[in-house]
Amino acid sequence: MNFSIYDFTSFNQWLDKLLYDNLSPFWAVVVEMTVIGLVVLLFYALIGLFLVYAERKVCAFMQNRVGPNRVGPYGFFQTIADLIKLLLKELVHIKNADKLLFNIAPFIVICASFMAIAAIPFAKGLHAIDFDIGILYVIAVSSLGVIGVLLAGWSSNNKYSLIGAMRSGAQIVSYELSVGLSLLTIIVLAGTMQFSQIVEGQANGWFIFKGHIPAFIAFVVFLISSTAETNRGPFDLAEAESELTAGFHTEYSGIKFAFFFLAEYMNMFIVASIAATVFLGGWMPFHVSGWEGFNHVMDFIPPLIWYFGKTFFVIFLMMWFKWTFPRLRIDQLLTLEWKYLLPINLVNILIMAFVVLMGWHF
Amino acid sequence: MKEVVNLPVKNIEEEEYHINMGPQHPSTHGVLRLVVSLQGEIVKSLKPHCGYIHRGIEKMCEKDTYPQIIHLTDRMDYLSAHINNHAVCMLVEKALEVEVPERVKYIRTIIDELNRIASHQLWWCSFGMDMGGLTCFFYGLRDREKILDIFEESFGSRLLHSYYTPGGLMMDIHPNFQKSVKDFIVYFRKKIKDYDDLLTGNIIMQERTKGVGILSKEDAVSYGVTGPSGRGSGFSCDVRKNHPYGVYDKVEFNEILMHEGDTFARYMVRMHEMHESMKIIEQLIDNIPAGDYSVKMKAVLKLPAGEYFQRVEAARGELGVYVLSDGNKTPFRMKFRSPNFSNLSALDHISRGGKIADLVAIGGSLDYVIPDIDR
Amino acid sequence: MNNEQLKERILGLVPDAEFQENKQFLTFLIPPARLHALAQKLRDEEDLAFDFLFCLTGVDLIKQLMVIYHMESTRHKHQLVLKVQTEDRLNPAFDTVCDLWKTAEFHEREVYDLLGIRFNNHPDLRRIFLDEDWKGHPLRKDYTDEVNIVEL
Repeated sequence: MNFSIYDFTSFNQWLDKLLYDNLSPFWAVVVEMTVIGLVVLLFYALIGLFLVYAERKVCAFMQNRVGPNRVGPYGFFQTIADLIKLLLKELVHIKNADKLLFNIAPFIVICASFMAIAAIPFAKGLHAIDFDIGILYVIAVSSLGVIGVLLAGWSSNNKYSLIGAMRSGAQIVSYELSVGLSLLTIIVLAGTMQFSQIVEGQANGWFIFKGHIPAFIAFVVFLISSTAETNRGPFDLAEAESELTAGFHTEYSGIKFAFFFLAEYMNMFIVASIAATVFLGGWMPFHVSGWEGFNHVMDFIPPLIWYFGKTFFVIFLMMWFKWTFPRLRIDQLLTLEWKYLLPINLVNILIMAFVVLMGWHF
Repeated sequence: MKEVVNLPVKNIEEEEYHINMGPQHPSTHGVLRLVVSLQGEIVKSLKPHCGYIHRGIEKMCEKDTYPQIIHLTDRMDYLSAHINNHAVCMLVEKALEVEVPERVKYIRTIIDELNRIASHQLWWCSFGMDMGGLTCFFYGLRDREKILDIFEESFGSRLLHSYYTPGGLMMDIHPNFQKSVKDFIVYFRKKIKDYDDLLTGNIIMQERTKGVGILSKEDAVSYGVTGPSGRGSGFSCDVRKNHPYGVYDKVEFNEILMHEGDTFARYMVRMHEMHESMKIIEQLIDNIPAGDYSVKMKAVLKLPAGEYFQRVEAARGELGVYVLSDGNKTPFRMKFRSPNFSNLSALDHISRGGKIADLVAIGGSLDYVIPDIDR
Repeated sequence: MNNEQLKERILGLVPDAEFQENKQFLTFLIPPARLHALAQKLRDEEDLAFDFLFCLTGVDLIKQLMVIYHMESTRHKHQLVLKVQTEDRLNPAFDTVCDLWKTAEFHEREVYDLLGIRFNNHPDLRRIFLDEDWKGHPLRKDYTDEVNIVEL
């Protein structure tokens, strides 16, 4: 398995050496962090813009219409136009809102999703940081987003926002359990929480195939729970337009609203990339053990393409859910989690543990 | 406007709070203000505040001649505009003892049924949208466009037609009318299967509508809830069956009755009604007799002194038109018994104990059109 | 029951009911004091069973104010029209029937709003279409409004 043309570890080492040779250790670290921060920020913004456009096009095609097609070729620059509009909008000051919390809330949401991106590997060696408790870190950090949601609802001084935020808070906290447990199933199979190890371990087959039944169940549960975590799809009653105007971000306008909006799409990207990494092999091409010729052909496709292809496939699935299904009510949503998904998850972990012990996986 | 919230001051507990849904709200389908008294997520009581689109139609009718009144009736329940026109035309014709040609009766019945299908299509798409399945909105409207195109070809307008006039029709139907309608029936029979796949069979939608907003048959009769909402509770109130008009006595169709009385029953009644309407149209469309499209009426219509009442089955229930005439060319008193007014009066009763999300589903299933409530 | 039998039955219950000629429905004008008792019997008696009040109309007959009740029985399929009227144009009042037919609650509010007829024992008699502080009752024949009504 030859990754030399696509291997970023050598590039990382070269960059490291350059910095440490020429600057004092303190400044080297500062420069390194700044560079990484800027690159991730840029990436974040670009992907966010692209995802908004993709959603509008996908939803339009499903609804028998065309979607944006005026600004730029095939409407490609529509999101940029929207962004400029949002930046120019007046920031409406709410009279009795808690100013500090009101202003902080969007930033907390953005920071939480920003931190989660850092740990995910895009290609071999191409990740900001490689924790040995990678998955745990990502789950922990993406849970911080709920603080931002609750603060937004509370500080808006508005009945609708409060109801929306409470609903959303209950929903996110409940579904984190399912997300964590379904990822735990794969950790049992992989034997490690470190992202790079998990991806390396899928070199001879993705976990969803290696772990057959329990891994597949875990994948389905993960998809459902992560859609609920990110307030998307049939679980979006926190921002249910037809009931409570816009839920917890009713009172936000301009750039702050843009942050919430962006954070929602980036959360979707993050959970999709976690699903792609943990279940579908991350940047690892599709290998079938035994078919060496096939594997060689697969290796020529760059890992970046594999990674983004899988992630966008999962994102497409999530968009498909949203535009097909009606919305669940809050009590049905919580019933789904506590009475159905949680028991399924627990049983699934036992099955997976059993499978691993008996060596019944590929 | 002075803001007065006159809720009965019986038991306002500490934890109750009031929420306004409307008058501008994405899901009340018009300008209606619902003051909902909530305890947590549970609806304790509900007070509708109507009158935002009260135009005084009944007062205007006292100054208008009967052909002019037809145009006002379009604008009450604008989604079943033809059926409203039909009621007033029949009332005037019966009062003047004028017999319209068979051709007119056939055409009026066919167009009424097309209007009913169009109205149910709009109901379906907005019901789906309220539930959160936004794709339903586009599918329903896309198919409704076909009916509106047929209307536009024949009489020039898409929503408010005033095509019926006392004595017959304003002009004859377009030569393509029969073919267009037959093509539409074939097209829609295929599409309505998509509706069932997308929304009816969806487990989320069923969970949200089964057992929600139950209206018993006694309550339906007492509140005067007619139309598909009443038939979903087992109240057999179809005016086309009980007091037939047009050529409804010559066609075979079923009156759809369900007995659970919940939102899902009301939903299914409307879905089946679309099938029944297509059945009626199919039986009539090839047999339209030749003849005049109108009887020659006097220029000025004066109804003999007395009282007249006409009942028709609008898309949402029983529309009643009452006229007290003193022999002049304008009615002395004209009253419209609007189906949506009575349907709305049941909303408070059936939404108590449910959640806000249920309120949206129940409102969608009662399918009220506000201009008909306010007149 | 056909109209003849109904007519006898009603006259038996309320002898001072005045029968009125009408081609469509069996129509009676009854004294206002008898309204509620008669309505209750009409709804509750087995052979009458008028459970569906399908129209409640208020009419301003220049000298009198009248309320007309159109009702039907879902079981026996017969229909009946009751009328009550009063000459008192300053404080017209009738008994409410909304404890018998719940649809009357909204309809009586409409009659109160547009014609000014009060209904005794109505649980919530306030205007339904017009603003709370509107002066006058528009459907009355002597209603004038220089601002909103354009006389041509």
